[in-house]
Amino acid sequence: MTRGERRSFFTGLAFTSPWIIGLAVFTAYPVLASLFYSFCDYSILKTPVWCGLENYKELVSDDLFWLSLRNTLFYAGLSVPLGTIVALSLALLLNADVRGKPFFRVLFYLPSIVPIVAASMLWIWIFNGQVGLLNWILTPLLAPFGLTPPAWLVDPTWAKPALILMSLWGTGNAMVIYLAGLQNVPKELYEAAEIDGATGWRRFWHVTLPQLAPVIYFNVVMSIISSLQIFTQAIVMSSAASGGTGTETDGFPARSTLFYTMHLFATAFYDLRMGYASAMAYVLFIIIATLTWLATRISRDRLN
Amino acid sequence: MLILASAIFAVPFAWLALSSFKPLDQAMAMPPTLFPRAYFAPIGGERVEVTIDGPVRQGGVVADIVAGSDAGKRVFLPADQALARASELTNAHRVGENWIRVIEREPAERGAAPRWDIVPPEAVDSRIRFRWKNYPEALAALGGSEDGGGVSFWRFLGNTLAVCVLGVIGTVLSNAIVAYGFARVKWRGRDAFFSLTLATLMVPFPVMMVPLYGVFRELGWIGTLLPLWVPAFFGSAFNIFLMRQFFLGIPEELSEAARIDGSSEWTIFWRIILPLSKPVLAASAVFHFLYAWNDFMGPYLYLTKKETFTLSLALQAYQAQNGGVQWHYLMAASTVTILPVIVLFFFAQRTFIQGIATTGSKS
Repeated sequence: MTRGERRSFFTGLAFTSPWIIGLAVFTAYPVLASLFYSFCDYSILKTPVWCGLENYKELVSDDLFWLSLRNTLFYAGLSVPLGTIVALSLALLLNADVRGKPFFRVLFYLPSIVPIVAASMLWIWIFNGQVGLLNWILTPLLAPFGLTPPAWLVDPTWAKPALILMSLWGTGNAMVIYLAGLQNVPKELYEAAEIDGATGWRRFWHVTLPQLAPVIYFNVVMSIISSLQIFTQAIVMSSAASGGTGTETDGFPARSTLFYTMHLFATAFYDLRMGYASAMAYVLFIIIATLTWLATRISRDRLN
Repeated sequence: MLILASAIFAVPFAWLALSSFKPLDQAMAMPPTLFPRAYFAPIGGERVEVTIDGPVRQGGVVADIVAGSDAGKRVFLPADQALARASELTNAHRVGENWIRVIEREPAERGAAPRWDIVPPEAVDSRIRFRWKNYPEALAALGGSEDGGGVSFWRFLGNTLAVCVLGVIGTVLSNAIVAYGFARVKWRGRDAFFSLTLATLMVPFPVMMVPLYGVFRELGWIGTLLPLWVPAFFGSAFNIFLMRQFFLGIPEELSEAARIDGSSEWTIFWRIILPLSKPVLAASAVFHFLYAWNDFMGPYLYLTKKETFTLSLALQAYQAQNGGVQWHYLMAASTVTILPVIVLFFFAQRTFIQGIATTGSKS
């Protein structure tokens, strides 16, 4: 390195030094340490003891692990596509020149920035089987078909769908990103499509969607990552539905809302099996990395 | 379509706000009342306020309850309920289809001939009245002042604000400095280091949870607010990315001119780049404030003592302890937690929307 190069090297290091420390202490060390712990028998109270692949082997035959994984994949598998459809539809609705657009944009966006704990309280109240607003609306609508609405959060079949419904209310963030993406679609493309006689659905399919693909890719990846880590609303809502019986990480009712991160949290901090929890964390990491890679491949194939 | 969609999005908010002003009996009423109401029954020539369960369809009794959990309340009870709760009432008589209200409260007068008023359903009327008292009562209840180990609501608010404000200062300062190093200084290894930085965005929090807890435990920070704001002073990949994008857009000639004048990099950063970067600084400040205000998992993991709780954690702890009995208080406390976020949003609306749009399009 020349003197000048060395100078700017040290200047660069100096400016990034807070992050070098932060990356090392708060990211790199934890990532590596938990990889190490995942091969150990470890709790915070004693030193880790190497046990090889024991933790991973045990995971394979651990029913609760599989249950929490199935619950989480069910939640993510529905909330990600439905959320994408809702967010995209709202963005399309707003992209047409409607009056009062800023108002609607604010309205759709606000739920996504509301504190999750407070939003959960509200939704517990709405989902209440006896005095909830939702069932008050649904009861007369379902009555002609001889159906009654479920008790949502206390019904093992409907607790997860309830959480998915609530997640749809919070898709405003993605909606704003889609809206920005829609506004970046060149007007000429639509004009060209019009000359070719494409309208409505065909125009959306052949012009809007391909133009929006990178934004959709970004949003889908982000929501896969976050929905696989669902934690707060599940903790708050399932423990509220249980009426304070049992532990908050039980996944009431009947473990139907035992989600992966909840189970991992309980394994690490209630059962104090931190090596085992680290193995679970790495499995999640691998799942997320795989799905992200898959989404990247699909979007590349589509774009080419 | 748009109207329907916006109704679906708005109704939960409206429901929250309306419920937060209702007395408990109305919050629990089925079918629900839309607005919080006050009910009045004519008693001895004057209209007396009564509490009421559900809509008035049948006659009932207005009575002062002297025993049980509602002792001291003056209620209007529909006939069927009055029967069930007769032991709690000073007295209850049935006259034809209507029930009657016993005026006397004093046990001494109970032997005397009861003075009573017949209250037919159509005589009970109501008007809309918001129960503002829910708010002070909810805030007092949130800290659990009754059980001795009570903590004031203001303590929770103070904790939350401390975490938010310190975190915002840390976020803006550290990420601006770091992003400058990535965007405006050319040095060997920079681009590789930046790629590594972006890669960390992929790491899910659960992967780091256990060792991070260990780090904070070694430092003696468990049970304090420190783990919730100190890391903000050491940068975060997302904000570095956001600010770097912005810094890259500032013309290089500005820096060159200053360098020729003999300014140090720090001076250029502090005097030239920062003043031009207010929008992005504001965006990351607002996003971090929001993140810290809404965060639940961090406080849930690190905070052990009630006096260190943040609002979100206090709200959840209150709900868990009281098993969802005091719904009107829960709705009021939730409103208090949500309101600052909405206020912040309206003050920083442009920053929000532009910030998010940037995140999506620059990826």
